Amino acid sequence: MAARGLTETGDEALVILAILIAGMFLVLFGAGSVEGPFATQMWTMFVAFLLGAAGIVGQLARAPQSGKLSRYENGVVKAGVVASMFWGVAGLLVGLIIALQLAFPNLFYFPEAGWTNFGRLRPLHTSAVIFAFGGNVLIATSFYVVQRTCRARLAGGLWPWFVFWGYQLFIVLAGTGYLMGITQSREYAEPPWYTDLWLTLVWVVYLLVFLGTIWKRQEKHIYVANWFYLAFIVTIAMLHIVNNLAIPVTLTSSFSYSLFAGVQDALTQWWYGHNAVGFFLTAGFLAIMYYFIPKQADRPVYSYRLSIIHFWALIFLYIWAGPHHLHYTALPQWAQTLGATFSIMLWMPSWGGMINGLMTLSGAWDKLRTDPVLRMLVVSVAFYGMSTFEGPVMSIRAVNSLSHYTDWTIGHVHSGALGWVGFVSFGALYCLVPWLWKKQRLYSNALVEWHFWLATIGIVLYITSMWVAGVMQGLMWRAYNDFGFLEYSFVESVEAMHPYYIIRALGGGLYLLGALVMAYNLWRTARADAPAHERAGDHPVAAASAAAE
Amino acid sequence: MTDKPERDAVTGVDTTGHEWDGVKELDNPLPRWWLYIFYASIAAAVIYWVLMPAWPLLNSYTPGVLGFSDRRNVAAEIESLEGARAPMFERLASASSADLARDPELQQFARAAGESVFGDYCRTCHGAGGAGAPGYPVLADDVWIWGGSLAEIEHTLRVGVRADHPDTRMSQMPAFGRDNLLSRDQIGDVTEYVISVSAARRRIEPNAAAAARGAIVYGEQCAVCHGASGAGDRNVGAPSLQDDLWLYGGSREEIRRQVELGRSGVMPSWERRFDAGTLRALAYYVHQMGGGEADLPPAPAEPAPPAAPAPE
Repeated sequence: MAARGLTETGDEALVILAILIAGMFLVLFGAGSVEGPFATQMWTMFVAFLLGAAGIVGQLARAPQSGKLSRYENGVVKAGVVASMFWGVAGLLVGLIIALQLAFPNLFYFPEAGWTNFGRLRPLHTSAVIFAFGGNVLIATSFYVVQRTCRARLAGGLWPWFVFWGYQLFIVLAGTGYLMGITQSREYAEPPWYTDLWLTLVWVVYLLVFLGTIWKRQEKHIYVANWFYLAFIVTIAMLHIVNNLAIPVTLTSSFSYSLFAGVQDALTQWWYGHNAVGFFLTAGFLAIMYYFIPKQADRPVYSYRLSIIHFWALIFLYIWAGPHHLHYTALPQWAQTLGATFSIMLWMPSWGGMINGLMTLSGAWDKLRTDPVLRMLVVSVAFYGMSTFEGPVMSIRAVNSLSHYTDWTIGHVHSGALGWVGFVSFGALYCLVPWLWKKQRLYSNALVEWHFWLATIGIVLYITSMWVAGVMQGLMWRAYNDFGFLEYSFVESVEAMHPYYIIRALGGGLYLLGALVMAYNLWRTARADAPAHERAGDHPVAAASAAAE
Repeated sequence: MTDKPERDAVTGVDTTGHEWDGVKELDNPLPRWWLYIFYASIAAAVIYWVLMPAWPLLNSYTPGVLGFSDRRNVAAEIESLEGARAPMFERLASASSADLARDPELQQFARAAGESVFGDYCRTCHGAGGAGAPGYPVLADDVWIWGGSLAEIEHTLRVGVRADHPDTRMSQMPAFGRDNLLSRDQIGDVTEYVISVSAARRRIEPNAAAAARGAIVYGEQCAVCHGASGAGDRNVGAPSLQDDLWLYGGSREEIRRQVELGRSGVMPSWERRFDAGTLRALAYYVHQMGGGEADLPPAPAEPAPPAAPAPE
């Protein structure tokens, strides 16, 4: 069905319309559910499908555009850039709120409402920053990069728009569901079965659009960024499907039972959880790095051979590392051994990406003084190197016995998330907005400087406070007195965290402030405030002229 | 779309000849240090697999030449810790208050054990050092609802308050307002009377006329538990009304609300959770927080708190 729709005939609009109409009928069955939040979710889907169908009909009524194959599909990338910025600010804001709740537990706490409880806002924050912000950045940049590096217009006609809007619907369903208390209690995979099914459909279409574009490329070789994007899309599909295998209690309820039980369930969850880090937050963003750093530095990638070796080593080793999340638990020790040793072996393959990113700057280091966007991209790679060293260290069982369950883990995650994923995404968005809106430059480089320093100071405050807090927690929890009794009660360790939680919230606040400065800067750039300019030769190679070359 | 390598002017290294949207690649070799550390990490992993449990087999796994097992180690550590503590816990469980009073070593042990258990199980409600919280009695003062001797504290810990233990400490303050046992005016009057007999009258000026009316209501409804003079009765867990310490707050409004709603909290019974030695240690820790009372030699009214409970 999708494959046929992926042709350029325009028939795809009818296929999408059929899916949306079928969807409307299906969700109406659930709209009468006695479970209020479930019914609300069904109505949300109904309205979304209805709006989508109206959009398609409007599209069909419009006169067909001629010669569109000689232009890149930029509209969906622009939409992705806007969505990224929106969800990024929203996700960071929720993060700041829950950071403050940890320092001041009565903040935004309404026992009778429940909507703003930490337990519901926490997955809202993680999903918003990882999937809503990160996901939109990945989809938008992958659509941009695959077109340029294949010299071909995005495959599938309207299907990329289906991916974009379908993904936004997934985000809205997941986020509003969390607030109403709908969760399947799997970390980073909280959305319930119907939301998972919808995402599966969207993701498979995403894969087909991406593959279709590579299929019709007018370049002989496939660029390294596209290997990483493809690894990300394929592996996330596999992880998402296996980890979410579940049987709904009924078809009119959000509740479901996992297909796995006990420690197998835990291992499946962390096989998924760790590879969400590996393939969503690493492989995907390495793809961004491989296009935007050489582009912005105007230098060749340092080593083709290194990119091949570290790509395959990364892909092969990452998938084994999940058990290190379950050290000293019911998981058999042999599985823990494998998780730890594969994490150690993963160190150099991860650093291969860092070397290729940093060494691409050779001959262009002076640009860091004058180009804050390039500096942001390069600093992101430095943070990537730091957290991919910290990760293997923390996976060693002896270290993990101190770090596990403490805020050290939170600090580790955020040095990767704020430093690596955040900065490389910001760098890419700063590049994309002038390119897409055809401007000569950003509205203000000074504001990028402000963003860079606000965010960098924010990250440093965040990760240093969490290191200290985490090590302190670990030491307090394992302190025994002479008689073998615990020296500290748990609540004493909570009290000891208070000042560090305040510092962390301050760091997060600075990071959010930087993102707001960025949003303003991009807004002014996209409006007419920067001089107009179009990238030369930014169009696909027509099939005929490619043959002539 | 050239496939011909060209020399990069800056580094003097050849490119691969590929180009995508202006992006080229240099043909640099793998950095040697990178490659050797990668090899070393693989070697380290292989050595670790030989030494430790590592690879799954059909029905078991490779155990590793060191024969290391987390589960065995944990079991051995717990056993040795319990073995080391056992003599002290046994001594503590069989000690009388008098024994405890003249044995500094046993006191030190009881304090350490009690503090640890209190921190994890009691502190959340009763506060650090037994400072209490609204609805949760202060343990550091000398005011006790059910008795403050070592034996009485230990009994309260065993059976709990309004808990699921068959012999639990049980008392019930009626909700005079919510259940329409008294009118609004009567509740107001009795509140004034309670203030007038308590030390709170130094803070709050009671309405004399209302207090006089309230005295009659008090005599009919309250005196049976709280006593004619408001001195309270530990046998039925009725707090003294003469002092200025209030479980649910000591303002006029808070006292009135307690008469209206008759809130009463629950403390779990800890008998099934802790062994006799641990219960004794916990009781000792609470007793020495500040307000512990001496044991009454022949406990006349108390329904038999066992002075030296046998170890379970």
